[in-house]
Amino acid sequence: MEKGGIGMGLENIQYGASQELTQNPPDSEDPERLLGGSVVLTRLESVVNWARKYSFFLYPFITACCGMEFMSVAGPRYDLDRFGAALPRFSPRQADLMMVVGTISHKQAPILVKVYNQMTEPKWVFAFGVCAVSGGFYDNYATVQGIDTLIPVDVYVPGCPPRPEMVIDGFLKLQQKVAKERWSDWPRGASPVTPANMC
Amino acid sequence: MNASVTLNRLAERFPGSIIDTHSHRGDDTAVVKREDIRAICAFLREDEGLLYNFMMDLTAVDYLGQEPRFEVVYHLYSLKYNRRVRIKVRVPESDCFIDSVVPVWPCANWFEREVFDLYGVSFNDHPEMRRILLYEGFEGHPLRKDYPIKKRQPLIGPIN
Repeated sequence: MEKGGIGMGLENIQYGASQELTQNPPDSEDPERLLGGSVVLTRLESVVNWARKYSFFLYPFITACCGMEFMSVAGPRYDLDRFGAALPRFSPRQADLMMVVGTISHKQAPILVKVYNQMTEPKWVFAFGVCAVSGGFYDNYATVQGIDTLIPVDVYVPGCPPRPEMVIDGFLKLQQKVAKERWSDWPRGASPVTPANMC
Repeated sequence: MNASVTLNRLAERFPGSIIDTHSHRGDDTAVVKREDIRAICAFLREDEGLLYNFMMDLTAVDYLGQEPRFEVVYHLYSLKYNRRVRIKVRVPESDCFIDSVVPVWPCANWFEREVFDLYGVSFNDHPEMRRILLYEGFEGHPLRKDYPIKKRQPLIGPIN
């Protein structure tokens, strides 16, 4: 956990308020000590980011064989629930993390952009597997060469398919990224690619 | 090897339309003239001794550098007689069209649209001659041998 975040703060909470008060008289300058460990002081931004990073609601945009690996990492053996990303929401309006799992064809591209634009902010995008990252070995007329040509991507996890450990590593990196975000990072607005100039 | 029942019947009925035939171990092929394709298909379907009522596949081949360049291939099957036949029609690039066989086998509809989509061979009298797999606005026909392998379609986004 990062320094200064509320997660670190939680570990430092000292219980046993009465004992604490006798050891540290009330004239101490430290307000946390003054209040006997019953409050934690931090920045609102940090608290909100802390809440966000442990409560991702996934939108599974699954188009190809990586979907099997997504099921594996979401299932009990690798258990994405440990990181607070348990519940896939099948409506983009209720989701804040878009998992793009699999190959995106040109015909699928307007749908991907539409679903992305329907999600409410703040929202993040997880490119799962090498096809979503760069098109992979589908270097042909039918396949989008990486979803970052369509929508902004936060985490790239290559692999054909990626091991569950790689996905979990990508998740932890996304959590670190979310923890560092500022109020001013949002809203980011719609995708720069609009369906009008796609079809 | 002797020509099969199907090829004999075809040769009797359309003596001037058969360009070439091939028969090997029960695998019959006839190359026919483009103008007569629909009449030949209707005959193959309706003739009491043939009854090719199942059009299994319709596709095309691009022989880049040869003339005529394209070949449209029909794979037919007779459920009654358990026979198969392959009909080929050569189509030049300069006037790249052929009569549709949708009036004979309605299932040819999407096959012909696929051939049009990927090879650019168009079909006369087809009820809905437009792309089926690729999107409207796609430039070119990607299964042609001269389609550039690195070509990027401009329509999916400004970055690409």
